[in-house]
Amino acid sequence: MHVAHLSLTDFRSYASAEVALEPGVTAFVGPNGQGKTNLVEAVGYVASHSSHRVAGDAPLVRQGAARAIVRALIVRDDRRALIELEINPGRANRARLNRAPIARPRDTLGLLRSVLFAPEDLALVKGDPAERRRFLDDLLVARAPRFAGVRADYDRVLKQRGALLRTAAAARRGGPPGRRRAEAEAAFSAAGAGDVLSTLEVWDAHLAAHGAELLAARLELVEALRPLVAGAYAALAPSSAAADLVYRSTLSTGGPPDGDADRDGDGVPGAHGLSTGLGKSVDRAVLAELLRARLLEVRQAELERSVTLVGPHRDDLLLSLGDMPARGYASHGESWSFALALKLAAFELLRADDGDPVLILDDVFAELDSHRRRRLAEIVAPAEQVLITAAVAEDVPAELTGAWFDVAEGGVARVR
Amino acid sequence: MYEGVVQNLIDELGMLPGVGPKSAQRIAFHLLAADPADVKRLAHVLLEVKAKVRFCQVCGNVAAEEQCRICRDARRDPHVICVVEESKDVVAIEKTREFRGRYHVLGGAISPIDGIGPDDLRVRELMTRLADGVVTELILATDPNLEGEATATYLARLVKPMGLKVTRLASGLPVGGDLEYADEVTLGRAFEGRRLLDV
Ligand SMILES: Nc1ncnc2c1ncn2[C@@H]1O[C@H](COP(=O)(O)OP(=O)(O)O)[C@@H](O)[C@H]1O
Ligand SMILES: [Mg+2]
Ligand SMILES: [Zn+2]
Repeated sequence: MHVAHLSLTDFRSYASAEVALEPGVTAFVGPNGQGKTNLVEAVGYVASHSSHRVAGDAPLVRQGAARAIVRALIVRDDRRALIELEINPGRANRARLNRAPIARPRDTLGLLRSVLFAPEDLALVKGDPAERRRFLDDLLVARAPRFAGVRADYDRVLKQRGALLRTAAAARRGGPPGRRRAEAEAAFSAAGAGDVLSTLEVWDAHLAAHGAELLAARLELVEALRPLVAGAYAALAPSSAAADLVYRSTLSTGGPPDGDADRDGDGVPGAHGLSTGLGKSVDRAVLAELLRARLLEVRQAELERSVTLVGPHRDDLLLSLGDMPARGYASHGESWSFALALKLAAFELLRADDGDPVLILDDVFAELDSHRRRRLAEIVAPAEQVLITAAVAEDVPAELTGAWFDVAEGGVARVR
Repeated sequence: MYEGVVQNLIDELGMLPGVGPKSAQRIAFHLLAADPADVKRLAHVLLEVKAKVRFCQVCGNVAAEEQCRICRDARRDPHVICVVEESKDVVAIEKTREFRGRYHVLGGAISPIDGIGPDDLRVRELMTRLADGVVTELILATDPNLEGEATATYLARLVKPMGLKVTRLASGLPVGGDLEYADEVTLGRAFEGRRLLDV
């Protein structure tokens, strides 16, 4: 697939911009701060409904404007889809497909699939677990858009459960003075604390059900990614140790004592065993049961801390090079190679599913040494569409020739 | 900010569901410009509705008398109760003509974020209704969203010891939505194909 036209209204620095695009390589070149990333960020937004640079939508709306609109004309085989997203910070976004309103913007996910490489990717290796969870979940959504719903439901269950834990905690402490206290006491009034606990059990069940769905999908995804990441890493850094991934679940840490094997032989691991090693088809019902059991184990601690302590929102993806964890041990260059390998693996996976996703390379070549630069260019060059940004012409590898836009002073002009 | 009563009006309107500050302002200025007789009529029905409309003592549905029309109707099957969140859900289900039993209106769904627990809903009233053993099936028709599902699970567990048949509307309803937005045919089908809830 490729983007044939991008149109922006009040998005980032652009009051308006119209950019006609073609398959093949397109480079956006211009000095820093001129709006190159803003352009490709908009393409990424259409694909994922979020920015690779900021968590919220507010910074995406041009200073002083009330809302931003991004339109992208997507061509896949011979079919065309015009996606329009209206970004309303603080309120619900709106979407139109081929000019007809869509009830939920999230129903346009999957129409454009893209993989975006950016300097921020280094955080996949060096940053917090949240970065790696987001990488996995974004990829799940890109492969199967229904996971946007699974993710949203899970987040909502977490919020509801968190609110209940806080109510319970406030009531146990006698509560802070004022309104909150009255509410907390009301929650305990008739049936006493047992009432909060019985609702907690209901949320446990829902957390377990939604969490298991997310967890099973992540485990399966990691299994599919492993060989691809190892292969991509070896191509980028041939002399380095082998790259590998292990999904570390909060289900498997702690747990029953000495339970690190599948003792009862039911295909389900005890503590520590829940990594990608076990594999292929992890049964959702079994995971849900494990989650519920873990929730019961940590209940006391949860009531004390008022947070949900187990579940996919606390999991991590462990990256390793040979025997060593990448985080904290890998050199800067190795970390870069690992981050690129993760993104290239995502690209391979999406491509195998359903044809080439749009590749976006935001200012990455400047970060790489000549070997990695050449390898990356060779790998991405055959893709149906590659969008590149670079501050100077020398940062666009020779392997990637194609259309050329100058970006300067708020304008985007095609020069080649 | 506007002076005194105008701002008060905007503030009051702004507290209505679905009315944001901009709409509140628009409605306020519409009322200011409107014919005094029209405004008087509106004020009158507002007061009247508060004075006359009550909630059914039995099921919690809106009613003009102590009991609502459905609870007073002897032809309705007393063995089945359909539990819904709001009175408007009763209206939606009645339109399908699929259901001949009675209702129980909870007055919302469990939502800790909004500070709503079982005690804030008409759960105790439901338990009282079930106590005499006349009711044999409970249909949980809370909204097909997270809070509705949680409420259904909660109730199913609560009544489990009573050995009732507990059912949930079949899937096919738009997930994440409100019952009232489901069209009649879909809702009717969901009723017919309701499934046993196992908790
Ligand atoms: N919401 C916004 N409103 C107006 N200008 C913005 C907004 N967000 C970013 N900018 C401007 O966009 C420019 C950065 O654009 P960017 O695309 O990141 O540059 P680069 O060409 O280096 O990739 C900065 O000058 C910044 O001030
Ligand atoms: Mg940039
Ligand atoms: Zn009634």
